[in-house]
Amino acid sequence: MIWLAMDTWIVVIGALCAIACALPGCFLVLRRMSMMGDAISHAVLPGLAIAFLVTGSRASFGMFLGAAVAGVLTAVFTQWISQWGNVDRGASMGIVFTTLFAVGLLLIVRAADHVDLDPSCVLYGAIELAPLDTVGSLTIGGTLLEIPRAFVVLGVTAAVNLLIILLFFKEFRLSAFDPDLATTLGIPAGLMHYLLMTMVAVTTVASFEAVGSIIVIAMFVVPAATAHLWTDRLGPMLLISSVVGACSAGLGHLMALTVPGWFGFKDTNTSGMMAVAVGLLFAGSVLVAPRYGLLGRVRNKRIVRGSEAPDPAGVV
Amino acid sequence: MDYNTRLVVLSTVMLGVASGLVGSFLLLRKRSLMGDALSHACLPGIGLAFLFMVMAGGSGKNLIGLLAGATVTGVGGVGLVLLIRNTTRIKDDAAMGIILSVFFGLGVAVLGMVQSVPDASAAGLEYFIYGKTASMVLDDFLLLGGVTVVVLVLSALLRKEFTLLCFDEGFARSLGWPVQRLDMILLGLVAAVTVVGLQAVGLILIIAFLIIPAAAARFWTDDLRGMLILSASIGGLSGWLGSSVSSLLPGLPAGAVIVLVAASLFAFSLFFGSARGVIRRMAMQSRLRQKVGRQHLLRAVFEILESKAEGEPRAVRNEPISFAELCAKRTWTAARVRALLSVAEREDHVDRFDGASLCLSESGFGEAARTTRNHRLWEIFLITHADIAPSHVDRDADSVEHILSPEMVRELEDKVGMKRIPASPHDLSIPVAAPERGGVVG
Repeated sequence: MIWLAMDTWIVVIGALCAIACALPGCFLVLRRMSMMGDAISHAVLPGLAIAFLVTGSRASFGMFLGAAVAGVLTAVFTQWISQWGNVDRGASMGIVFTTLFAVGLLLIVRAADHVDLDPSCVLYGAIELAPLDTVGSLTIGGTLLEIPRAFVVLGVTAAVNLLIILLFFKEFRLSAFDPDLATTLGIPAGLMHYLLMTMVAVTTVASFEAVGSIIVIAMFVVPAATAHLWTDRLGPMLLISSVVGACSAGLGHLMALTVPGWFGFKDTNTSGMMAVAVGLLFAGSVLVAPRYGLLGRVRNKRIVRGSEAPDPAGVV
Repeated sequence: MDYNTRLVVLSTVMLGVASGLVGSFLLLRKRSLMGDALSHACLPGIGLAFLFMVMAGGSGKNLIGLLAGATVTGVGGVGLVLLIRNTTRIKDDAAMGIILSVFFGLGVAVLGMVQSVPDASAAGLEYFIYGKTASMVLDDFLLLGGVTVVVLVLSALLRKEFTLLCFDEGFARSLGWPVQRLDMILLGLVAAVTVVGLQAVGLILIIAFLIIPAAAARFWTDDLRGMLILSASIGGLSGWLGSSVSSLLPGLPAGAVIVLVAASLFAFSLFFGSARGVIRRMAMQSRLRQKVGRQHLLRAVFEILESKAEGEPRAVRNEPISFAELCAKRTWTAARVRALLSVAEREDHVDRFDGASLCLSESGFGEAARTTRNHRLWEIFLITHADIAPSHVDRDADSVEHILSPEMVRELEDKVGMKRIPASPHDLSIPVAAPERGGVVG
């Protein structure tokens, strides 16, 4: 295995993407809307297609805008259908994203003759190639650094997400745990919901162009769920989920380079392996997390059973 | 239609029927997205099965082998979802998201390895994601047909058991039914439909097929059998229409067209469904609002007339009252009173409303007396039988009185022991002569 500067860039880009996704992901998991990331990442396809047909170019602000609008619309339609039609939220999400994906597929096929836009590139992305697409260079300490575009885009996204969450920390926290109380206190819980959805949509679009939607879907849910096993507080949860996401980026790329070698293959794509790596981190946490992990619970049970006999506090 | 088109149309119809049936149970168990998780979790199985078959010296594209691999990881993934949900604090939506993304990631990674196999015949594996609807062969058709028959037979045989499982799992368990095993059978059916459908029509269509027909059927009926039949029909119809349209217009992917047909049927049902559709529910709500408004108006008028009779119940007579009096009686705006009155005039409850004064008609007076009596009966019942303070009873009575059925009114009469219009129970706590009496809000 040879580690190049490019590998470092891949890990850094992956880690930025993971942090950008994990921050809003914590709120998705707490609000029991984890599948929203999956839904939105499928549903942005028509937005991409329409923006492409209108502007005629692939890498443009228009594409970004179209996809973000489609993502927010997914959230809006899901809300409408489950509210007006009294449909289970999961089902209404499924209806909306499959329909929008179908619309997007049709639009792309209609324009396929002259379009270099194919759904599999949206789904898988190519994080391996992301470092090659550079915006400029920087000289630090005598070495020339080519800055990849994905690094800038994802860095800005992560920073903006962090900024929004820090600015509205109180509001987000309250509307995540108790939307009704938030409303009575004068916090527009509905508005916070749509702000969160906009963040999810924008992050999805910003990320999958560079790294593919598999990483996006995984990083919205798994780091947040992992952090949820370690802590009961929102602040630490945000921090732990970011760390878990960033670690899985490094671990995933390492695995992509080494694991296939054990079976006699050359290598595999990093996107898939990052999802696997974060899954492994989650599985490990299920086992060893102090209070909510399996081992921790066994130990707690033993403590409870042990303390039953003497009953030092004299409670019983 | 040529042979191939017929094959495609028939296959999609069968798949629509089968997934419509299974999807109904999923929807009622609030597990609609299970199909989403399951279908994504199939991907690593496909890749791994391919690798094993290549390593064993086979062609690697044996359909049965690939499907077996897909089933193993698909069902394993759903089993893990249930395990995570039951043993950790992670809720089922996050559990599904985790399994979906991690398994799909594993699948992408395995396929990435497969791509580097020198044989490189693995390129065709991606039809598991997008489907290959237009190029189905007889084998696919037979496989789909077999699964559909199994689904039909099992849903018919186990309809009672599945119904109880969907609506009251705890009750089923307390009756001693093998709930776990039934759940497994249902899951097995979902897995069979998903795996077979996946390679025929692709991932997105199978997710849509498991959710949309069932959700559309739910708007038309509250009866499970009707819903099953309707959901299967909607699934079959969208399969038939969608694949026919896409065969007429070459270049349109059949899967996407089928999803759009199903989505249009869903949108139609959402608005026009006869049991829970939006329009029907809005109509019911507006009818209830109208009824409440009418009863409030009539009771208000009756209480004004009562106050004119000065506490002598037999002396209440139908005479004209002024508009200002009516407005002051309740916290209504003049516009609201006018709207209520115009409805009442149309219903022949009020005649001679000239803007300043009004008079109830004969039938309106009778209706007013009846409404007031129901309200008071319910208030007295609440005070004497439900221990609610007289000062609070008006509000509580208000929320129920509009939906009292005649039978309940008769029962109340027996309980409370009154036949004529009882005096307002608020008088028990408020002196009769006090002027506030008319100001009761209710």
